[in-house]
Amino acid sequence: MTLREIKEILQAEIIYGDDHLEDKIEFAGASDLMSDVLAFGKPGILLLTGLTNAQSVRTADIIEAKAIVYVRGKVPDKEAVEMAKNKGIPILSSKHMMYKACGLLYSHGLLGVSEI
Amino acid sequence: MFYQCFEIEGKDFGNAGNVSTQIKEILQEIGIDPPIIRRAAIAAYEAEMNVVMYADRGKLILSLTPRKLHFKVEDEGPGIEDIDLAMQEGYSTATEEMREMGFGAGMGLPNIKKNADQFDISSTVGKGTLLNIVFFLDQKKK
Repeated sequence: MTLREIKEILQAEIIYGDDHLEDKIEFAGASDLMSDVLAFGKPGILLLTGLTNAQSVRTADIIEAKAIVYVRGKVPDKEAVEMAKNKGIPILSSKHMMYKACGLLYSHGLLGVSEI
Repeated sequence: MFYQCFEIEGKDFGNAGNVSTQIKEILQEIGIDPPIIRRAAIAAYEAEMNVVMYADRGKLILSLTPRKLHFKVEDEGPGIEDIDLAMQEGYSTATEEMREMGFGAGMGLPNIKKNADQFDISSTVGKGTLLNIVFFLDQKKK
């Protein structure tokens, strides 16, 4: 699935990463706890989170996430956006809550990280 | 042999994670195997966050030989009373501020241990904590 499809399924805004819309993403994981993300993350993951500070981007960078989707209409803070630009990690914001965002992506065939 | 010492300031949440990001970049430049870099970066990040969250100050000393990568993480702070308990997944003494950062889920030390090839921890209450985290470069773990 491309990032563009993910953007459409989640009716998300792209905050950074227009150039990455054709990037392919095969699986996703969701958590607000960065230690959990560090424990289950795999390279190439799409990270869904409600945590909007710089640690969300740093964690995504450490686990080599493909992109981040902030749920429930949250927008990351300035520092996080700057860091995402520096690291080349696209970030999106979706109005959907975490459960629905994950459900929508899963029902469209995007696998969970544990299935990879 | 490559050696570098990074200072970590306690409670400096604004810069939390900077050291790990630098370490990841250094290891990439040197050309360490990407799966090892990933495990090392996760361990360094968790260890750095622990110093930021709980200690007054600390340092992470990176040493690299052809065979192994070693992080020595030493802090001055309250120390850990019960290490066995601290090593349990889910056990945490984190404050609300730490949880707001996305940390304090009680996964830090277990995550470090899981990612390392060798790990040991010692602590003196009222003084501080010492971690030794080792990755072997010439073999793949598990």
